[in-house]
Amino acid sequence: MRSQGRTLFAKLWDSHVVADLGDGTALLHIDRHFLHDLGGSQGLKDIKARGMKPRSPELTFAVPDHTMSTARGRAGTTPAGVSLLQALREETEEAGVRLFDVGTPGQGIVHVVGPELGITLPGCVVVCGDSHTCTQGGVGALAFGIGSTELAHVLATQTLVQRRPKTMRVRFEGAMPVGVAPKDLILHLIGTNGAAGGTGYAIEYAGSTIRAMGVEGRLTICNLSIELGAKMGFVAPDDTTFAYVQGRMLAPKGAAFERAVAAWRELSSDADAEFDREVVINTADVAPQVTWGTSPEQVAAFDAPIPDPADIEDAGKRATVEAALDYMGLRAGDTMAGTRVDWVFIGSCTNSRISDLRDAAAVARGRKVAGHVRAWVVPGSEGVKRAAEEEGLDRVFTEAGFEWREPGCSMCVASNGEIVPPGMRAVSTSNRNFVGRQGPRARTHLASPAMAAAAAIAGMIADARKMGA
Amino acid sequence: MEKFTTLRTAAAPLLQENIDTDTIIPMAKMVGVSVRGSLGQWCLAPLRYLPDGSENPAFVLNRAPYRGAQILLTGPNFGCGSSRETAVWALEEIGIRCVIGSSFGDIFFNNCFQNGVLPVVVDREVVNELAAEVEARQGAATIGVDLEGGVITAPSGKTHPFTVQENRKEALLLGLDEIGQTLRHDAAISAFQARDRLARPWIYEAGEA
Repeated sequence: MRSQGRTLFAKLWDSHVVADLGDGTALLHIDRHFLHDLGGSQGLKDIKARGMKPRSPELTFAVPDHTMSTARGRAGTTPAGVSLLQALREETEEAGVRLFDVGTPGQGIVHVVGPELGITLPGCVVVCGDSHTCTQGGVGALAFGIGSTELAHVLATQTLVQRRPKTMRVRFEGAMPVGVAPKDLILHLIGTNGAAGGTGYAIEYAGSTIRAMGVEGRLTICNLSIELGAKMGFVAPDDTTFAYVQGRMLAPKGAAFERAVAAWRELSSDADAEFDREVVINTADVAPQVTWGTSPEQVAAFDAPIPDPADIEDAGKRATVEAALDYMGLRAGDTMAGTRVDWVFIGSCTNSRISDLRDAAAVARGRKVAGHVRAWVVPGSEGVKRAAEEEGLDRVFTEAGFEWREPGCSMCVASNGEIVPPGMRAVSTSNRNFVGRQGPRARTHLASPAMAAAAAIAGMIADARKMGA
Repeated sequence: MEKFTTLRTAAAPLLQENIDTDTIIPMAKMVGVSVRGSLGQWCLAPLRYLPDGSENPAFVLNRAPYRGAQILLTGPNFGCGSSRETAVWALEEIGIRCVIGSSFGDIFFNNCFQNGVLPVVVDREVVNELAAEVEARQGAATIGVDLEGGVITAPSGKTHPFTVQENRKEALLLGLDEIGQTLRHDAAISAFQARDRLARPWIYEAGEA
């Protein structure tokens, strides 16, 4: 009997099992552990209090991003942010963990710099105390977010106890329509499958659309895996990936790179591999998406009517939609197109890489931000910022009236004091439109960089395809 | 870690879908150097308080029979979103020891086990049935949870079985700490790394291999 083909997930998982703990649980080796300012120093303190040191400090990397001000000169970093940065510096120094400090070329949002610096590589198992660690699956890594007790466990043992998830493959097939971005594809998937559609699964993104897509777009797709409920999402590495990795600061070089690539070529699902669930999306069916509610699953094409709760039979679901529309200040039957906006945020680990900024700049070039809108562009890393400035994108944005800021998480998670003011309506390229996510009573519409730029210019939700996207 | 063996307490139905960890503990209330112990007052704040800061009288945990509940009956995908373990700490600080739902955010689910909080997965119909029984008694009813036996006992006495992975169950029953457990595999970790260093040198010598 011929043996059953293996999934990419099985290859990644099985090759990292240190011990089988039975009942579907394994002790997994962790190849890359990222610490950030919000919880990194506490984890190091936690194991120190137990008389322990990091087991493999050379596999641990730290970068401040969550609580740093993104104003010029980092002006206005909160007292909590100042303390957390100081603690991160002290604890990483003592533990021998490499820190990419503020103002240095490696600083940025942890999930942007991981792949950008060549720290995260194909075939790695990657963790970080942040749910958007799944972003880094875009280079062919098994990457997932963990809690703070798990974080201390990784520091102490370089392993993690995990239950093996089920497998799902999502195939996007066909060419990308003009003006449609990777963000639209993943929002469409979440809209059609629900915010719990991937709960308990590890998701492999595949299909001709993904094969033709650059690594940065794949990172965006993987980023929103957690919004589909899946803590892991990844794309099999290919020549596009290898070309992206080659030459990056901490990637293997020369003969070591060639040897690594030979190993990475094995990292794909076998043709006869079976998945617990398969989903196929016809890419041509996807239009620019904008969320209308307070869960990423509450999303539709920007010009589609907002759903009417009266049409929903299930009382619980109806109440959820009513509450979302009430919070968002929207009316059933209206379309989002034409809805006036107050703020625009272009940034976050979802959409702050150079290709995202180019998409937004293509819309902003030669136009002006509407008088009543405040619009920010927050590059994902010091590297992205410098590359954008070299291309002159910063001037495109500032001449149009956008604010060009320092790298960090900023308004996506609002843990640095940068918030959308209460009651204000924002279009954001980030990943969560939860109640209060961007600040108390802030109303968030998630969209692609081009759609966010178009909203800033028009002063309302508008079609970026008519503005050069 | 605090042990979990059996529990019999009031249970509060909170059946809204997709309650995220930002809602369980808002970011502004958890940024700081040492926040543990101060989170309970902000647990579920967007639902629990009105915009003026006063208690929302309609919210289940602000109503008398439910106020001291140690069990939450939750809607699908409870605890989705952010990995913040402060969400579990906040629930723990208001006395919640067990959450019963049809699915949970994957990271939240793991975080519960790290803190002696038992997440129980049962069919949605079972959650709804338990909630209906509790509500029919205006909250003046208790639900029993027996971890070792794997049984939930409804106010009516009807029982519903559930399973928990063996290693997680043992850790909860005995209050075992996971780092301590893993250190028993210390030699296996060393052997893995020694083998792996030969196969994948680029992992261990970043930028140099």
